[in-house]
Amino acid sequence: MDWLPALWFILIAVLWCGYLFLEGFDLGVGMLIGLGRNSEKRKRVLLNTIGPVWDGNEVWLLTAGGATFAAFPHWYASLFSALYIPLTLVLVALIFRAVSIEYRGKAKTERSRKLWDAALGYGSLVAAFGVGAMLALTTLGLPLNENGDRVGGPFAWLTWYAVLGGVAVVAFCWIHALAFVRLKTDGPVRERAGRLFTRWLPLAVLPLVAWVLMVLLDNDSAVAWALLAAAALALVVSIVTARAGREGVSFIALGVMLAAGVAAIFTAAFPVVLPSTLDPAFDLTIYTASSSAYTLKLMSIVAAFGVPLVLAYQSWSYWVFRKRVKEEHIPEAHHPEPIVK
Amino acid sequence: MDALEIARWQFGITTVYHFLMVPLTLGLGLTVAVLQTVWYRTGNEQWLRMTKFWGKLFLINFIMGVATGIVQEFQFGMAWSEYSRYVGDVFGAPLAMEALLAFFVESTFLGLWIFGWKKLPKLAHLATIWAAALASLLSAYFILVANSWMQHPVGAEIIDGKAVMTDAWAVFTNNTALITFPHTLFGAFAVAGGFLLGISWFHLYRRRKEGIDSVDSQGRVVVGQDLSKGKSRDKTDYHVWIKSLRIGAVVAMVSFLGVALTGHEQAKLMFEQQPMKMASAEAACHDGTGFSVLTLGDITSPGSTNCADIVATFELPGLLSFLANGDFTTEVKGVNTLIPEYQEKYGKYYPEDPNFGPYAGQEINYLPVMEVTYWGFRLMITLGGLSALTAALALWLTRKGTVPQSKWLSRLALLSIAAPFGANSAGWIFTEMGRQPFTVAPNPQMGGIDQVFMYTAASVSPTVSAGEMLFSLITLTLVYGVLLVVELVLLTRYIRGGVGSAMPELNAASDKDDADGPAHDKNDDGDVLAFAY
Repeated sequence: MDWLPALWFILIAVLWCGYLFLEGFDLGVGMLIGLGRNSEKRKRVLLNTIGPVWDGNEVWLLTAGGATFAAFPHWYASLFSALYIPLTLVLVALIFRAVSIEYRGKAKTERSRKLWDAALGYGSLVAAFGVGAMLALTTLGLPLNENGDRVGGPFAWLTWYAVLGGVAVVAFCWIHALAFVRLKTDGPVRERAGRLFTRWLPLAVLPLVAWVLMVLLDNDSAVAWALLAAAALALVVSIVTARAGREGVSFIALGVMLAAGVAAIFTAAFPVVLPSTLDPAFDLTIYTASSSAYTLKLMSIVAAFGVPLVLAYQSWSYWVFRKRVKEEHIPEAHHPEPIVK
Repeated sequence: MDALEIARWQFGITTVYHFLMVPLTLGLGLTVAVLQTVWYRTGNEQWLRMTKFWGKLFLINFIMGVATGIVQEFQFGMAWSEYSRYVGDVFGAPLAMEALLAFFVESTFLGLWIFGWKKLPKLAHLATIWAAALASLLSAYFILVANSWMQHPVGAEIIDGKAVMTDAWAVFTNNTALITFPHTLFGAFAVAGGFLLGISWFHLYRRRKEGIDSVDSQGRVVVGQDLSKGKSRDKTDYHVWIKSLRIGAVVAMVSFLGVALTGHEQAKLMFEQQPMKMASAEAACHDGTGFSVLTLGDITSPGSTNCADIVATFELPGLLSFLANGDFTTEVKGVNTLIPEYQEKYGKYYPEDPNFGPYAGQEINYLPVMEVTYWGFRLMITLGGLSALTAALALWLTRKGTVPQSKWLSRLALLSIAAPFGANSAGWIFTEMGRQPFTVAPNPQMGGIDQVFMYTAASVSPTVSAGEMLFSLITLTLVYGVLLVVELVLLTRYIRGGVGSAMPELNAASDKDDADGPAHDKNDDGDVLAFAY
């Protein structure tokens, strides 16, 4: 059963891909609402594009974390404990983000709504940055000892490639959200998103490309280079179709670019899941970090049943809410009047 | 405080906090599904109003449960990396399944429910809330399988110093999990029952106080209405509250019965599986058969096995034996007997192993903090019993259709919402603190896997500093504190708004009659958002 750890390595790459693709635009929309300058009505248009689906999208993160715990406990334990401070901040960011999506509309005063908007914007930004930094570090390495524990103190993770990964994911989420908003809204919001997307797309994916290149230069792999070429091709398609006003195609092409890019990174890193920058002998690989064949087999059966099901009903939910959101659809804000004191 | 103690405080605070939201989500989710089903079958508007109102409160609470749940999954890896490495092969599986099989369904279908009121056919829409509610129960099962494995490990063996799963069936049908699951669910329904009862009582009381409802000479209710601000205080409104109140009271009483019965079974298992936990819940120093009603003296005497500090014990003879074994004569082992047994089996000192950090080579204290286990156990039972009593009293007091005109009773009803929450927290604190000094308690039963266990002292992340732990402890506690205030303010605001806060169309003063179905504009092209952020 030697192939089981490899299968789970692929599955975890797929889960991260799903997370970055789906929550990518959620996080980006959060930044657009919280950090951009939009009228209240437009903010609510933006929020309603992700309203029914964002919570389901966030479960991809929980599943990626849970699957790593179950299939590669050593990887999960080493990575998460090494990034103690940044992950604490990511948790706080995700908490504020989730709560502000639900509560901002319930704010009674202008001031408290602004606070929720800031929580949503910065929450999305910090979460995207933190996840990007974590993924970059797991592909490029951390100072780990032979037990997989971090050495060098609380900020040993703070390297320029952690920053690169963070910036790459933030920029991707932002551009991806513009493509999504362009697809899901109508009127001025759609036009503005389309203009920004078309103009900034080539620049916004540069840090992502830099990250992929760094991993590839470290670990030579023909398949990874082929995947990178595919990603580049998808990017070109996305740029061209964006200019031609083909919103759907260019959104999908950007998604394909992300998938091929993530696949290139994971392919190049294979079979190392978390390199140690101190000694290659301390690297965590899919063989040293994985669970027993028994557990992996059990989890494979569950995943074979569960993953297609999730994809099916999540797709259905996108189908149900396929209509574009327009400003005139947004009802007046409503606040409960106390009928009793 | 060292890193271990801070990590333990953090786990305790974040878990107890998370578990304030969870039981309400479990109990209220199923309640809303049932209410909507009745509306679907009868078409009677009062059930729609109940669905909308309780559904609104459910959502305000749900999001807090989601937000604080992520912390739970992440902190195993962050603060308890050695634990994660040791048990990941067994413990990770139910966690991953919880996300893949339960959380996805819960969140996706809840999104469909919130936004799908007009987009989905009525039956499909009803199915979405059922899917979400049932998935929340499934998630409870998975996480309790994981927790029960820490209380009573089964289906695993040690290979190369790590716990490895050998029998998934045994793990997922662990008798500890199978009894903890209904116990926890009944606890959750007790929360939902008390919630319905308290809030409905408050609204019925206000209706009486403002003279909308009154009682006749026999004390029977005379329902009135006040249409000055729309329809939110019409006669249907009265039915919303009285039905919610009586449903809540019945649910609370049935739940208490369920909690008591499952709790008894659980206690019997615990006497076999974790004898020290039950002995310390009883402050039982010596072997015996009596149940301590009240134990006076310093029952803590931290770190010592000295029971001489106990001044007096009032006992009910035989009751402890009944709890443990179902008869009145079995001698139950006390702390003084158990400690030497544990020391002989598992060692007197922590191993000289770097994973134990400052605890390496120290003497192991097998006695949990008795003050916490003793009083936690009693607080759980007392608060649970109080909420059942309140429910019974409420049923009797409202038998003629409304609540008495008493300000104090109304306040008491609102206050009693807190009792089942407190009982849940006390129960969890008891069972988790009672497991100490282990994260994975040994399984001493006949044929049990006695050697699969783990000390809390060896579970914490080895190179995460106390400073880092303190940073996250303070940050999370502050954030949780702020959000608790926010949630309470919002809940209060929507509760005071009555049904109108979930159905604004009711508050619109108009004589248009669109009583069945949510009021909405008539251009029904499926293009308009039925619910919008």
